[in-house]
Amino acid sequence: MDFEVIIGLEVHAELSTNTKIYCGCTTEFGGEQNTHCCPVCLGLPGSLPVLNKKVVDYAIKAGLALNCDINRLTHMARKNYFYPDTPKNYQITQDETPLCRDGYIEIETEGGLKKIGIQRIHIEEDAGKNVHMEDSSYVDYNRAGVPLIEIVSKPDMRSPKEARMYLEKLKAILQYTGVSDVKMEEGSLRCDANISIRPEGSNEFGTKVEVKNMNSFRAVERALEYEAKRQMEAYERGEKIIQETRRWDEGRGETVTMRSKEEAHDYRYFPEPDMIYLSVDDEWIESIRKSLPELPDARRRRYINEFGLPEYDSEILTSSKKLADFFEECVNEGGRPKEISNWIMGEILRTLKDRSMEIEDIKFAPGHLVKLVSLVDKGTISGTIAKKVFKDMFETGEDPEKIVKEKGLVQVSDEGAIRELINKVLDENPQSVADFKAGKTKAMGFIVGQVMKASKGKANPQIVNKILTEELNKR
Amino acid sequence: MSVSIKDVEYVAKLARLEFSEKEKVKFTEELNSILKYVEKLSEVDTSGVEPAIGAYPMYNALREDEISPSLDREEILKNAPDKQDGYFKVPKVID
Ligand SMILES: [Zn+2]
Repeated sequence: MDFEVIIGLEVHAELSTNTKIYCGCTTEFGGEQNTHCCPVCLGLPGSLPVLNKKVVDYAIKAGLALNCDINRLTHMARKNYFYPDTPKNYQITQDETPLCRDGYIEIETEGGLKKIGIQRIHIEEDAGKNVHMEDSSYVDYNRAGVPLIEIVSKPDMRSPKEARMYLEKLKAILQYTGVSDVKMEEGSLRCDANISIRPEGSNEFGTKVEVKNMNSFRAVERALEYEAKRQMEAYERGEKIIQETRRWDEGRGETVTMRSKEEAHDYRYFPEPDMIYLSVDDEWIESIRKSLPELPDARRRRYINEFGLPEYDSEILTSSKKLADFFEECVNEGGRPKEISNWIMGEILRTLKDRSMEIEDIKFAPGHLVKLVSLVDKGTISGTIAKKVFKDMFETGEDPEKIVKEKGLVQVSDEGAIRELINKVLDENPQSVADFKAGKTKAMGFIVGQVMKASKGKANPQIVNKILTEELNKR
Repeated sequence: MSVSIKDVEYVAKLARLEFSEKEKVKFTEELNSILKYVEKLSEVDTSGVEPAIGAYPMYNALREDEISPSLDREEILKNAPDKQDGYFKVPKVID
């Protein structure tokens, strides 16, 4: 039987404000436990929350970047539950009046451009952190009250791959707007998923299962693949799929039951009595709209039109703002777009990945990459040597010209010197010469290799080819 | 609208409260009398009136994103029933 998979995602992003959402405590990461707390974020009796204006600015900015309508009049809501990481025994969030609603993200699927709807974005406070030990649990409230936006998609994704693409695009957009540093490994971006299946052609939704604890984009895709398969197999065995929350176990590569619907929370939302209305007027919204930077989709289209880059290059280069900025600086310094793109998508991204580094960790300036490319263009060094120079440049951040000079890597184009070298190699390899004469053209490649080796990679390959052909014909 | 003993038991469970059978009966009666009193409001014609989402007709109490000092940790943990190594210590919970 063929099935359709239906996925919706709930993403929490920490906002990059200086202070918490309802008090002036710092949001700085990594402080000693319980040192960034005050009566408000500890929920002490008599304290009153006051909303951080920057949180509203950032949430609206994210909403506009995600094509949302902004609610002019909203109110905070109280969500009630008991858990030690929530000192007030409730979370101040938004319920019926989220700040933003009805937006969308476009993703590039095999079937073309697809819009994934965004149902709502609301603002809320983060919880503290529980540390579980043998005997007891320990609580640190430094994160309690750190501002979050929760972005709830519509159930528009039809495969785990689409879910990953939506997440990647969402991350890029949030990063471009600067409202969050969106690092999934550090928990500033978190994702929960709702997934159900139904037989192909059916219009009814199946029972949905919530999946939690996915800590990377890859984990989201893997967890959803596992979960879709689990549900299809259950369906085919005639089993009923239970509405429940399941946890992704990365080590075992499977989802396991956390709680079923019977144990589900009843949060008893009601309007937060400690806070008043939030009213946002057109002027406020328009001033934020004006501050929006060029977003990934627009930038990608510009790379195709303005620089003539292929779709694939443009997509990768614009997937991260810092990467796109680096690329454009290179172009501004006079680099040829496609050539720069090749270097970034090849050597640079590969080296960064090998060392688990980010583009901002790069030591050399964009101008250095441009210089390196022009050294090859001018024939000062060969392409092979350029890769060596790149390694050095990556390591030390030094000017490539300096590296080439200091290490004596300048390409040898002196025909006399190359001819001498070639004759030496030919004298040493009579068998290869004989093979070549007997029609084994492969022998030529071997000889070229020997010549390059003897020149320590410095001989100009075009000249080597030309002279080698001449010398072989003489023999 | 009225509540039953079952409703009282459910709400008590959500609030982590424990009542005797006698108390449950008493609270059911009391809650029902409160609800009856509040029901008077439904006599008012509210057609064409937007539902309120907040209690006070006041708008935009906002603060700038400026850091103010937090409490000293000693002060933070002063009222904690149990603490260790700068943490609040609580009965073991599982996520
Ligand atoms: Zn605080």
